[in-house]
Amino acid sequence: MVTRRVNVWPNLGQWGDALDRQFNELWGKLAHVAPVVAGGVAYPSINLWEQGDNLYVEAEIPGVKAEELEISVVGNELTLKGRRAPAAEDAATFHRRERGVGSFTRVVRLPVEVDNAQVQASLNDGVLLVTLPKHEAAKPRKIKVASTT
Amino acid sequence: MATQTTHPAETQPAAEPTRPGQHYRPVVDIVEHGDELLIVADMPGVTADGIDIHFEDGQLTIHGQVRPRREAQQRYFLEEYGVGDFYRVFQISQQIDPARITADYAEGVLTVHLPKAEAARPRKIAVQAR
Repeated sequence: MVTRRVNVWPNLGQWGDALDRQFNELWGKLAHVAPVVAGGVAYPSINLWEQGDNLYVEAEIPGVKAEELEISVVGNELTLKGRRAPAAEDAATFHRRERGVGSFTRVVRLPVEVDNAQVQASLNDGVLLVTLPKHEAAKPRKIKVASTT
Repeated sequence: MATQTTHPAETQPAAEPTRPGQHYRPVVDIVEHGDELLIVADMPGVTADGIDIHFEDGQLTIHGQVRPRREAQQRYFLEEYGVGDFYRVFQISQQIDPARITADYAEGVLTVHLPKAEAARPRKIAVQAR
């Protein structure tokens, strides 16, 4: 069973109406993101964005040790696997138990091709950041216009 | 076996936080071990020196400051959670010893140890056979 932290203040108006075309197009591709669902909610929750030549995937996975985490990229699918141990043995008296425990797997389909060999990940204070450099073909390129005068 | 003392109830924050930005309510486990009460809270992205724990009149307040990890106007392909400070208040009805409260933080998880006051500790009474 996995629990997701709930935002107390709904983030309204996050999506302005003036999204540029490329962004919309990529968003369309993301409609195919297929999370593996555990207990009705995909875990962990992720944020995915691009900046310059990289894609970034961030996930909050408090209580998961780096050695219990497995990250792989195949094609344009990123897989996050891991497990979290309970705070106390089951015999203890839990007055409240909101934190999910056990194994999780989540597959994220990436909007652009990435250079699998260059993927890096860091885990700090329970925040996982995966840096995925875009594949050469997916990087923006400036085209010189040749004028013939 | 529930007694009236075993359910730390949550209360509304006594005062509104003054720091700008969003605040989140961390998910917690509350565990009772023999002579202490444990509050385990998921607070990813907080650094140990950004955690403020306050205990007064049976009210335990946890506040974890989270440094913004990128610009506010960042646009996302997927945005499934927000980033902001953690804040939660508990009403502890157990008798605990405020002077001996300790806390540790590792891998984004805060654990607060609330040792029971001497009077509230379980005690085994030996029965003398004659």
